[in-house]
Amino acid sequence: MKTLASFLRHPAGVIGLVILTGVVVLAIVAPTLFPVDPWDMVAAPFEPPFDGETWLGSDMLGRDVAACIAYGARVSLLIGVSSTLAALVIGVTVGAIAGYFGGRVDEVLMRLVELFQTIPGFILAILLVATLGPSLSNVILAIGAVSWPQLARLTRAEFLRLRSREFVQAAVCQGQPPLSVVLRHILPNAVSPIIVTGSLMIASSILIESALSFMGLGDPNLMSWGFMIGASRSVMRQAWWMSVFPGIAIFLTVLAINLVGEGLNDTLNPRLSRKARAA
Amino acid sequence: MSVVAITRYGGRLSAYVLGIASGAVKIIGVILVIATFNFILVHAAPGDPAQVIAGQSGAADETLLRQVRSAYGLDQPYLVQLASSLKKTLTLDLGYSYRQQRTVLSLLLERLPATLLLTGTAFILSLVLGTALGTIAGTRAGKWSDTFFTIVSLLLYALPVFWLGLMLVLLFSVQLNWLPPFGYVTVGVEMTTWQRIADIAWHMVLPTLSLAAVYLAIYARLMRSSIIEVKQQDFIKTARAKGVTESRIVMHHLLRNAILPVITVAGMQAGGVVGGAVVVETVFAWPGLGRLIYDAVLQRDYPVMQGIFLVMSVVVIGLNLLTEAVYRMVDPRISVRSVT
Repeated sequence: MKTLASFLRHPAGVIGLVILTGVVVLAIVAPTLFPVDPWDMVAAPFEPPFDGETWLGSDMLGRDVAACIAYGARVSLLIGVSSTLAALVIGVTVGAIAGYFGGRVDEVLMRLVELFQTIPGFILAILLVATLGPSLSNVILAIGAVSWPQLARLTRAEFLRLRSREFVQAAVCQGQPPLSVVLRHILPNAVSPIIVTGSLMIASSILIESALSFMGLGDPNLMSWGFMIGASRSVMRQAWWMSVFPGIAIFLTVLAINLVGEGLNDTLNPRLSRKARAA
Repeated sequence: MSVVAITRYGGRLSAYVLGIASGAVKIIGVILVIATFNFILVHAAPGDPAQVIAGQSGAADETLLRQVRSAYGLDQPYLVQLASSLKKTLTLDLGYSYRQQRTVLSLLLERLPATLLLTGTAFILSLVLGTALGTIAGTRAGKWSDTFFTIVSLLLYALPVFWLGLMLVLLFSVQLNWLPPFGYVTVGVEMTTWQRIADIAWHMVLPTLSLAAVYLAIYARLMRSSIIEVKQQDFIKTARAKGVTESRIVMHHLLRNAILPVITVAGMQAGGVVGGAVVVETVFAWPGLGRLIYDAVLQRDYPVMQGIFLVMSVVVIGLNLLTEAVYRMVDPRISVRSVT
């Protein structure tokens, strides 16, 4: 409750939360708002926005741009959240092992992290999706596979810091097994920076997903914002609305998540943000 | 030359040699890991690896498949295949694109200059403009210009690169007709060398801006907070107490210290810039590696995709090493250490 109250005092965070809630609601009510399949033809092709049956115009096949955006919100949020969860599982596990055990294990794992941070992640994602096939699960896997290093570094740093604290040492001395020390004593104390980074990662995952589907590497059965923009390129001169509106949808969603992430940062890491404000 | 000077000179020289050697080791290490990864990926792909390599077009042709199998030694044990593929990669044999009927290396070398030009320009532009804007915002913290730049960088940071590119085309090419919407150079016009350079530069404006925008935002935000932090430190107060002019404080004391974390992050973001180039080249039909990977994806041309992944990774390491060298040049503490 206290955390919520503190978050609500952060104006940018509240603006972000309002926009994000709007996007989530849109994703949930999409089938009620637009009962027809977004792939179906509902109007004449190239109907301009704001006059006619469609709110945001229709595309070259007479599909409703507004309906496509509403259904696209589902895909973006689903992929953003699940690929971040995948990155969390990989990153936190690798970082926890490296930070807890240290020494040789730490060195080997950190070299791996360094390698993944060096190679161009987006190209790796393209390669993974193109090779394994453009399905929903492969896209999630590919984005998770290129996003985890940042979380691994963060978790490792937190574990290294907490590892030497008295309460952790006490648990180790009591003879608790490593898994119990990690899960019951270290992880709960390391969780807030992980939440903050994870929330910001949802935004970057949505950006990667949109770029992949723009390149034609999205799941061909799902309507997504990136796909809509990619499909609109050839008719940009006749139908500006086909590329402008889905782009605004991506922009607002990413902006909202970034604002919420910053608000969370100020709420969950108050010492850090106070220092930043004082500086 | 005094003994101290000789040791200092020798020390620096050996540091440079060591730097180059460790850079070379790093590049070879990454090349080997990526070649291994590429190898695993071809075998992890659904279907026959020979079909994967031959691409969609060649998959139905049994003679071609036999040819691919023998060329890649696909009937050999995995470890033998892996060893031979690593050896090939190290001798710059990146395979053959059955789709384009050319060696992958010749294709990549033809496209590499355009990509280097675009990424290099965008990388430098974003760093220079980002630090400049960040410095303005940081030195005027709390004033309206600071608020303005902070909001702008927050907005830029949320823009999808490819969409920004399309919107710039819509505004500056379709509506205003000021700049060319795509391509590298005007086709079918006789030009002198200078005219050609100017023409390429003209074509580069929109792609460079789209690619640089996001990173500009990142560096500006970082530079701002770094300036605010360094501003509080004692040596700045000392300089001010000594009566050093404000412009000298900013240029010599503040900037040189505040820019260090920006350079570090720029090195870490190099992979992102190179990845961003892929989408930007796709949007602007820029004839570089990014555009090539887009075509290769459409045609499922795996040897080309894997070759690009390898070359782009080497480009990123090159940018990393470059930023490390710049860091060493800029860091005032290093020159202090070499004097004492």
